[in-house]
This record gives sequence, C-alpha cells and structure tokens, in this order.
Amino acid sequence: MAGADTPQPEVPEYTRRHRMAAAWKQFRRNHNAVIGACITLTLALLAILAPQLTRFHPTTFFDLSKTLLPPGSGPHILGTDTIGRDLWSRMLFGARISLTVGLVVQGISITIGTAAGLTAGYFGGWIDDFLGGVINMIYAFPSLLFAIAVMSVLGPGLYNIFLALGFIGWATVARLVRGEVLSLKTREFVEAARASGTPTLRVMFRHLLPNCLGPIVVVGTLGVANAIMSEATLSFLGLGVQPPAPSWGSMLSRGREYIWIAPWLTIIPGVAIFVAVLGLNLFGDGLRDILDPRLKE
Amino acid sequence: MARYLVRRLLALVPVLLGITLVTFLLVQVIPGDPLQMYLDPKGQELDAQTRAAIMAKWGLDRPIHLQYLRFLGNAVRGDLGYSYRFNRPVTITVFERIPATAMLAFSAVGLAMIIGISLGVMSAVRHRSWLDSSSMVFALAGVSTPIFWLGLMMMYLFGVVWKVLPPSGYGTWRHLVMPAVALGLSSSGVLARLTRSSMLNVIRTEYVTTARAKGLSERVVIYRHALKNALIPVVTILGVQTGALLAGAVVTETVFAWPGVGRLLVESIMQRDLPVMQGCVIIIAIVFMLSNLMVDLVYAVIDPRIRYS
Repeated sequence: MAGADTPQPEVPEYTRRHRMAAAWKQFRRNHNAVIGACITLTLALLAILAPQLTRFHPTTFFDLSKTLLPPGSGPHILGTDTIGRDLWSRMLFGARISLTVGLVVQGISITIGTAAGLTAGYFGGWIDDFLGGVINMIYAFPSLLFAIAVMSVLGPGLYNIFLALGFIGWATVARLVRGEVLSLKTREFVEAARASGTPTLRVMFRHLLPNCLGPIVVVGTLGVANAIMSEATLSFLGLGVQPPAPSWGSMLSRGREYIWIAPWLTIIPGVAIFVAVLGLNLFGDGLRDILDPRLKE
Repeated sequence: MARYLVRRLLALVPVLLGITLVTFLLVQVIPGDPLQMYLDPKGQELDAQTRAAIMAKWGLDRPIHLQYLRFLGNAVRGDLGYSYRFNRPVTITVFERIPATAMLAFSAVGLAMIIGISLGVMSAVRHRSWLDSSSMVFALAGVSTPIFWLGLMMMYLFGVVWKVLPPSGYGTWRHLVMPAVALGLSSSGVLARLTRSSMLNVIRTEYVTTARAKGLSERVVIYRHALKNALIPVVTILGVQTGALLAGAVVTETVFAWPGVGRLLVESIMQRDLPVMQGCVIIIAIVFMLSNLMVDLVYAVIDPRIRYS
C-alpha cells in the first residue's frame, strides 16, 4: 500500500502555460511561420513608425522641379513620383493603409462570421437554413466581382472598402465556424454542459467558441492577406482608395502610365504588396500547421 | 444521374433569382440619374413633363417590385435592357465580349493545370527534396503576386524592353501569351499545393504499396495508379478557382486592354453605364454557377464511389 512516504509519480500538469510553451516550440521549428512572422512584424513596425522614418509628408510635400527622380536620389531613397512626392514616405504610409484594411476587414469578418456561424451551427433549423442561404448567395458570386459591384454602388473610399470586403469576408468565417460547431455539438463535453443546465450563451461562448479559436485564427490571418490583396486590386481598378492617399494599389495604377520612363513607380509598390501578402500567407500557413493538425499534409 | 441533373438545375433557379434581385437592387441604389444620362449625358436638365412621360413609358413610375418583375420577365426572354453608351441592347454588347474572355480563361486554366499538376506531382514524388521546396516556394509566390503587377512587369519586360511580344491588344496568339500566363500562374500555385498534398496522401495508401509490391515500375505506379485518385480533390478546387479566374480576368483584361467581359464591366462602372454593368455581373455569375455544376458532374464521373440518385 502506498504510504504517505511513497513518492507520488509526477503527473505532468497540462496547463495553459504548458500548451503555450509547446506551441511556441513548434512555432520556432516552423521556418515558414517564423519568416512570415518576421516579415509581418517588420511591416507593422514600419507602418507604426512611419512619421519617424521620413522627413517628407506623403501627400502634402511635393516639388515640381524634382519629379520622377530614380531611387537613390539624394534624400529621396526610393526616388520621387510624377509630381515630386517622396516615394519612400508614400510607401510607408501605404503600409498603414494596407494593414488597416487587413485588420479592420478581418475584425468585421471574424465578429460577424463567428456570431453567425455559432448561431447557425448551434440552433440549426430555420436559422441555419436562412444563414446558410445568405452564405451560399455570397458564394454564388466570385468574391472580387462582388466587391467590385458593391464598390461601384457605395463609391470609392477607404470606409466603403471596409464595408465591401467585410460584407464578403464574414461568409468564409461563418461557414468554417458552423462546420466546427456542428461536429463539436455532439461531443460529450458539450452534451454534459447542456445536460447540467448550463445557459445556452455560456455553452456557446465558454465551451464551443474556445474550441473553434484555432481555425478562426488561421482563417483570420490568411484573410488579412486576402483583404490586402483585394484592396490593392480595387484601388488599382480605380474603385478603392482614391489619390492622393498613398494606397499601394492606386500608386501602382498611376505609375503604370509612366512605366516606360519611370518603371520603379510600378515595381516598388508591387514588391510591397507581394512581400506583405507573402509574409501573411507564410505566417498563416505556419499557424495552420501548429493550431490545426488535421489540416497538415 | 438524369434525375440528379434535373434537381441540380432546379436548385439553380432560386440562386438565379437571388443574383438578378441583388444586381437589380444594386443598380437601383447607385447614386446618379440614369435617365438624365440616357437622354442627354452632356447636361441640360429635363423638364418635369418630359421626364414623367418617359418614366411612364418605361414603367419607371411603378412600384419597385413590379419593376423587378418586369426586368426579370425581360431577362428570361434574353433582354437585359439597353445600353445608352453603346446605343444598343445590353445582351448583344455583353455576348460579343464572351469569346475573348472564354479564350483567355481556357488558356489560363489549361496553363494552370499543366504547370500546377506537374509541379504538384513532382513535389510529392520527391517529397522533401530541393525540387519540392522550390516548387512550393513558387506556388506560394504565385498566390501572393498581384495579377495586375505580374501583368505589368511582363508587359514592361517582354513588350517594351525586349520587344518579343505585343505589349497589349487582341488578335493573334502572340497577344494571348502574356495575359494567359499572368492569369494562369496565380491559379497554378493553388493547384500545385493541392495536387502535392493530395498525392502525398494517396502515395501512403495500401493499394499503391500493393502496386509497387507487384513489381510495377515507379512510373506506372505514380501515373497510372496514384495520380488518378489524387486528382479527385484537384477537380473540386477547379470550381472555386473558376471564381478566382473570372475575377482575375477582370483585372488581366484591364491591364492588357483585352476586349472581354471583364474589361467591359470595369468600363461600364467607370462610365456609369448601369444596364451593361448589370448584364456583365449577371453573365459572370451565371458562368460561375454553371461551371460549379459542371465540376460536380465531372466529379461524379471520375469518382465511381459517388453515385447521385
């Protein structure tokens, strides 16, 4: 018989802290995730510190005697654009626009999408039919086409981009959460919670939601990349952020007319979009490997 | 199968109604006065009497749900309204542009499948080799590159600096090369990633091991046995990719001045030619819907485990 003096076998304590430590270890081993996170953090820092990193105002500073200077011209690291604005500072402030669009759009999408997905999956019945119908409706259009149509109604502008892209983005999140909830709903811990009289909202937010967080984070991260790309595309088509605001997409669209004499005006914003989207995609893919083992190859 | 097809086609009806309703409402809430633009885009206010007479003649004074029913009735008969910019029916204006878009889209899909599937298979067969990692880097880069930027860079290098291809326009196969490559490359990344993971799953299954154990050559095992099953999920993603492709076509056509439906859509938004815009959106949505249906049917044909009753 085990007396008081018998050493107890050490049971590893499976706490939140341990889980975090395990995830962190996995993250460090995942080169793609680390590279993606570094790119994303660097961009975020550049965007936040933008005013400190340049002497020139992105829109109000211009010098008509110094237009179309190539990169490396004196104080203008990346050169100047068609009316002599500093390209480096426009790129920095462009990062602010891109990241803001990405974060706000995903904020909207995740909030609405999670609420809709939880409701549809948990209650089923006509609520599910209705929400499912709306989601299918949104999926019936190619998403960018839908955004183009909505933007043509709302008119160009940053706030309208939030609305247009958020309006489409929530469907992806809702579909995902709904699927997760449908499979979680039948699991013992949820049944136990319901059987013991836990209020509905508490079951939804304390038992179901935490178990959906992994996939939501993954889809959210990839969604930020998607939103940045969509904003750039809309702005390129002239339906998004309007000049003189320094959106990478509209800068590229402007630069296109000067591609013969000043190709850097097209090359540089494109590289920026590419790097931002690539970073977030790498990071999102890495997170998927860590948080959602089922989706691993 | 026939019954399944009928059911699927019937299920398209509510979706179609939804699509037309949404596009109809979109046009109603767009600011601006279409009537004014139709009659005299340059200016000159219409006097109230003429306006009322015209609105009565076209039924624009009736309640909005009746206007929608009328629009729907006309649409069923192939009449999507009248373009005041081109001064001709919308249906003809949009349909004329379809061949150019179809040519672009099919070349891009073909290219994407050739590049995507072969890269995916190679990566899976040489799992964790330099070939695997470099083709996955290529795939990720393809997904992350803005189509319009890729198009502009190709235009600059091949059309302007090296002058090997016409920078933009329509007509010969030489005009088709750059737009098709720009559009196809982004989808090829998605296909490569999917083919790779699907192939990796299939290679681990027992029937592949059996095929190897029988002494079949690796070529036969991979291409005759494994690839067939690995391609099933790839087919399903083609439906989703059609959507990306149609949206991508809008951008590509704008960059390369390619006279397709996508460019028509962007132009008609810019020019506030609402009936044409409406027509383009409806046509693109229908094409997307039908291609998804087709993908589902192909799916049933290639995967005998799936039986539609």
